[in-house]
Amino acid sequence: MPFKDYFKNLVKFPKTFRDSLIRHDKPTTDRARSQTVMNNIFLHIHSTRIHRYTLKKTFSFGLGVISAASFFILVVTGVLLMIYYKPSVTLAYDSIKDIHFIVPGGRFIRNVHRWATNIMILSVFLHMARVFYTAAYKETRSFNWLIGMGLFVLTLGLSFTGYLLPWDQLAYWAITICSNIAASPRELTDLFGMTPFFDPGGMMKLLILGSEEIGQDALTRFFWLHCIVLPLAAGVLLSAHIWRVRKDGGLARPDNIKAKDFKGIPEDAKADRVFENAPQKTYGLMCLVRGKSPVVARGPENTIPSWPSLFVAEASLFMLTFAIICVLAYFFNAPLKELANPAVPENPAKAPWYFLGLQELVSYSAFMGGVGIPTITLLGLALIPYLDLEKQTLGRWFDNRIGRNVARNSFFYAAGVTLGLLAFTVKFGWLRNWYPDISQGVIILVNPGTVLVTFFVFWSFLCMLKYDSTRLSAIALFTCFIVSFIILTYFATVHRGPSWGFYWLKSQWPIH
Amino acid sequence: MSDTPQGQELSESELRPISRRDFLSLAATWAAATALGLALTALMKFPMPALFPDTSKLFKIGKPEDYPVGAEKVFEERKVVVKRDSEGLYAISLICTHLGCVVSQQAKGFDCPCHGSKFDALGRVKAGPAPKPLPWLKVSQLSDGRLLVDAMKQVPAGTKYMISH
Repeated sequence: MPFKDYFKNLVKFPKTFRDSLIRHDKPTTDRARSQTVMNNIFLHIHSTRIHRYTLKKTFSFGLGVISAASFFILVVTGVLLMIYYKPSVTLAYDSIKDIHFIVPGGRFIRNVHRWATNIMILSVFLHMARVFYTAAYKETRSFNWLIGMGLFVLTLGLSFTGYLLPWDQLAYWAITICSNIAASPRELTDLFGMTPFFDPGGMMKLLILGSEEIGQDALTRFFWLHCIVLPLAAGVLLSAHIWRVRKDGGLARPDNIKAKDFKGIPEDAKADRVFENAPQKTYGLMCLVRGKSPVVARGPENTIPSWPSLFVAEASLFMLTFAIICVLAYFFNAPLKELANPAVPENPAKAPWYFLGLQELVSYSAFMGGVGIPTITLLGLALIPYLDLEKQTLGRWFDNRIGRNVARNSFFYAAGVTLGLLAFTVKFGWLRNWYPDISQGVIILVNPGTVLVTFFVFWSFLCMLKYDSTRLSAIALFTCFIVSFIILTYFATVHRGPSWGFYWLKSQWPIH
Repeated sequence: MSDTPQGQELSESELRPISRRDFLSLAATWAAATALGLALTALMKFPMPALFPDTSKLFKIGKPEDYPVGAEKVFEERKVVVKRDSEGLYAISLICTHLGCVVSQQAKGFDCPCHGSKFDALGRVKAGPAPKPLPWLKVSQLSDGRLLVDAMKQVPAGTKYMISH
């Protein structure tokens, strides 16, 4: 009877639906745990088993997961904000005010979006440092380091394009500065008098702004980049980035891991069991993986099922990130200044904090600080895994004692050089103050930014000579750049006031 | 291709370094890639703005009588200052040549609030990161006697417009 079957099936529907949704047993056995991971498109971005070293907290500090978690939070809150935001010069500012003061929960959602940005920038930056210092860019992983570089640039691009959208004074003048940085190759072309025929800087600026001045076209383009192009690109690269980690054999790990490294990390109950090589069985080669192959006739070596350990760790990191962002968002509002006024600049007109290190360099030479040095830095970073091919132990912070020493010495060297040069510049000024008629070409070549880079490259070469190692000289250079960047960021954030003058405290700023 | 030991004669396949099939497929691949590259390059024209909705860079500033010797008028929206001295009338742009902030007039010249560039009263750089002096702009007179400033046309510093009455 079809009718009878129909009603029977209808009654059974909850169970059959559940079976179609979860296609395996409860994840209490290794087999079911593997299936949990393998049969789920979202979970299978991880392998079914991971090495226990992966879960060592003081190795990765969960920085990659925190970055991904904040990206996820940004996507969700961003989609919510798009319900009310109006990308129009006349309406944008008011719609942000509506979100902030009228929309239920609007202030909180906007604050979460803002704070998640800060957390993401910070964690992406630290994650890059972690991968570098643990040499996790080597061997098969060099391409994933490049994907990471792409994500780093996209992260900065996303935050930069989001900065204009509120259309307030802060946004307007920060974007004025940034779009003119894009035009700063004119410093070079002017020098050779060829700007009227060949003007890559001006072309860049036109492409970004869609006009010669910041107006509706610039807002439309920034909105388009911020809400469609860059998030999509970041999503695709992020998936590739995480998938490559799995394909490259999980997180980097050393060959000889001490027992104390595994403290507090769950262990497989069958880890010490020896499996006899059964002659009646044939062992199929399921896939070819680079690196060390799994061993037959022995228990799985220091690996555990990804479910639940890895997923619990990731879920807790996500919740921790979200909790921190929520607390910050509850207490600290995202800034919103007066409506953009193209006639009167904000004073000081500061970019968001993570761009202030660059802005300090830009205050010496727009081209070198805004285009030259960032390009050199990004190229240098991208080339690291291709220039440093030394075989070594992966997965240990600073490799060993010598690496630690080099990093420490470089830290003090870079801090000394940067602080000394800043103090000198604040006290005595620079070439233009002494010789007002000096050619801009000299300023482009010799300014505090290029002097710093020269000092650091020189130091890195010294380390290369002394230790005869590309890895140690890379550690020296990387440390110098990071330390200097942090000091410059701090300096520009705290000690730069109106007209980019030096002030010890904000309370000393003149009233204007 | 593997290294050929010295002295040994080259086999036929090594004498002919590429087969016809490989040549044709390589040629087809590169032709397709070139076409794609050219198409993308041409597409770059698409986002280049052809239309500039900005406020006009050409604007009238009034009659010569409005500018007695020593007069000075700031056009905030146009970001231009117009000055008159005994030698004539001249217009200086107020957009900083460093990164495009608007400079403010001080007792002895102009200061940029963004990165501390300083200019003297004639727009020459005195301090800070500005790479160029403030541009002097072309001043002309319409047939009805009104004065016109063209912010798109730069003139050499020191060019002053003689007012004919």
